[in-house]
Amino acid sequence: MELNLYPVLPETLLLCAVSLLLIADLFVSDANRHLSYWFTQLTLLACAAVTLATWQPAPIHTFSNMVVDDWMSDVLKLGSYLSVSLMLFYGRDYMRDRGLFKGEFFSLTLFSLLGVMVMISANHLLTLYLGLELMSLSLYALVAMHRDRRECAEAAMKYFVLGALASGLLLYGMSMIYGATGTLDINGIFTAIYGGRANMSLLVFGLVFLVSGIAFKLGAVPYHMWVPDVYDGAPTAVTVLIGTAPKLAAFAFVMRLLVTGLQPLVADWHAMLLILSVLSMIVGNLTAIAQTNLKRMLAYSTIANMGFMLLGFVAGISRQDPLIGYSAAMFYTIAYVMTTVASFGIIMLLSRKGFESDKIDDLKGLNQRSPWYAFLVMIIMFSLAGVPLTVGFFAKLTVIEAVIGVGYYWLAVVAVMASLVGAYYYLRIVKLMYFDEPVDNSAITVRGDAHFVFSVNGMALLVLGIIPQPLLMLCYKALHVSF
Amino acid sequence: MQILTQLSLAHFLVLGAILFAISVVGLVLNRKNLIVLLMAIELMLLSVNLNFVAFSHYLGDTAGQIFVFFILTVAAAESAIGLAILVVLFRNIGGIAVEDLGELRG
Repeated sequence: MELNLYPVLPETLLLCAVSLLLIADLFVSDANRHLSYWFTQLTLLACAAVTLATWQPAPIHTFSNMVVDDWMSDVLKLGSYLSVSLMLFYGRDYMRDRGLFKGEFFSLTLFSLLGVMVMISANHLLTLYLGLELMSLSLYALVAMHRDRRECAEAAMKYFVLGALASGLLLYGMSMIYGATGTLDINGIFTAIYGGRANMSLLVFGLVFLVSGIAFKLGAVPYHMWVPDVYDGAPTAVTVLIGTAPKLAAFAFVMRLLVTGLQPLVADWHAMLLILSVLSMIVGNLTAIAQTNLKRMLAYSTIANMGFMLLGFVAGISRQDPLIGYSAAMFYTIAYVMTTVASFGIIMLLSRKGFESDKIDDLKGLNQRSPWYAFLVMIIMFSLAGVPLTVGFFAKLTVIEAVIGVGYYWLAVVAVMASLVGAYYYLRIVKLMYFDEPVDNSAITVRGDAHFVFSVNGMALLVLGIIPQPLLMLCYKALHVSF
Repeated sequence: MQILTQLSLAHFLVLGAILFAISVVGLVLNRKNLIVLLMAIELMLLSVNLNFVAFSHYLGDTAGQIFVFFILTVAAAESAIGLAILVVLFRNIGGIAVEDLGELRG
């Protein structure tokens, strides 16, 4: 059988680049560390170019059906490159001030990105699992990178233990699905269940474990305990990494495993996702109100946002066109990732040596210190809250529309109420920035490139909010071509 | 050898489920030592391996056994990272009790 390496060209390129970086970085002195930094950025750019160059009109399977290259994977991969690249731009000075601007940071970041890419392209339980572990193991190490800080070590331990528990649950579910269907291939699982050759009780038993594992990785209530602690304790640059690309991978994970492989069980997992979604929206938004730490607040906001994302999957039960719900979830995830990068970006840009800038009060009077940054943070907060003219508004609108489309009016009401509660703590930040006196008046010094990228990032949230159609269409088209 | 032929798939699945349950209980109830948590994680992966091997044998399909090789490899990497984090933690707080992990909360 001929092996077609064409669909995995971006992954191959990234693997070669990161191996080269691992060796080459040993010969770079600390003063020249920016060489490794730019090499990393260049690698991301090259991966994006290769992904675009190998864009295929129809899905291609390779490695005996273990890996698939389709529109959805290409769109999500481009989103992952972009989020990692933005994280590096914002985090450059932050990491340097804390003595973490090292080769390991870049190589581990790229390895976790490689895991994300494998997960996005996986079409087999084994590749899904290996991608997930490659991503998670790199992230555990990254969280613990700041090894003199107690919080980092503690966050890393919690992340490790709960992440391993999640992998264990997932694996147990996978073993049951394997036992029930006799195959590890996702399309094979679908045909086995569809053809009535699967043991249904084993299958549903496995599904429960599978959904629990996914919920753990997503950080959905009641499996959310690790999210605030890890977001708070990890260095902010690593927090961005945990909060962005893995969410895109988790979206792909649910699409491949639940929506494609376990499609005949839609009634079962639909109910589980419904419960997770409602609980996440309510608990996430209510708990976020009580936070004084900005990173913790954004962590609870993540939990609430994952609830919204799951709404899109709940709407996938539609008989007419399930893709409306799934594409709404995809649009929501991309919009959320873009906003999250910017929201943690401002924490890194405002921080200095010895000052984390992670308290909500640190944003007080930002308008007097820098009107432009205050304006951008206002857009970010509006986007998270779902105020019209920002991308967050359309993201919430499309998922709620999709949910109404399948007749879940009560669910739409719950979602709107939850986002109203959420608006309170987002708008509180806008109030602090514009109407309060600054606590410290030190000048904000930001690198030119980070300033430019942050401005573009902030404005993109506004532009995508005014003209969301192209991205919405892209998401729909991507899923339409892929599934 | 006769006992082996009498064992059915259900026996292995029940054993796997018991091992899995022990490991989850070990993770949730253990308040003393972080190393016990690492052991519980290992046990959890091994119970999954048992499931895979049992299914693989009774289905006559080798894919499950190949999966086990990968799980074993990942488990080794996972315990390496877990122990490394444990060392970092020990240097910072001078202990490895689960109760010491109380600084981050809210």
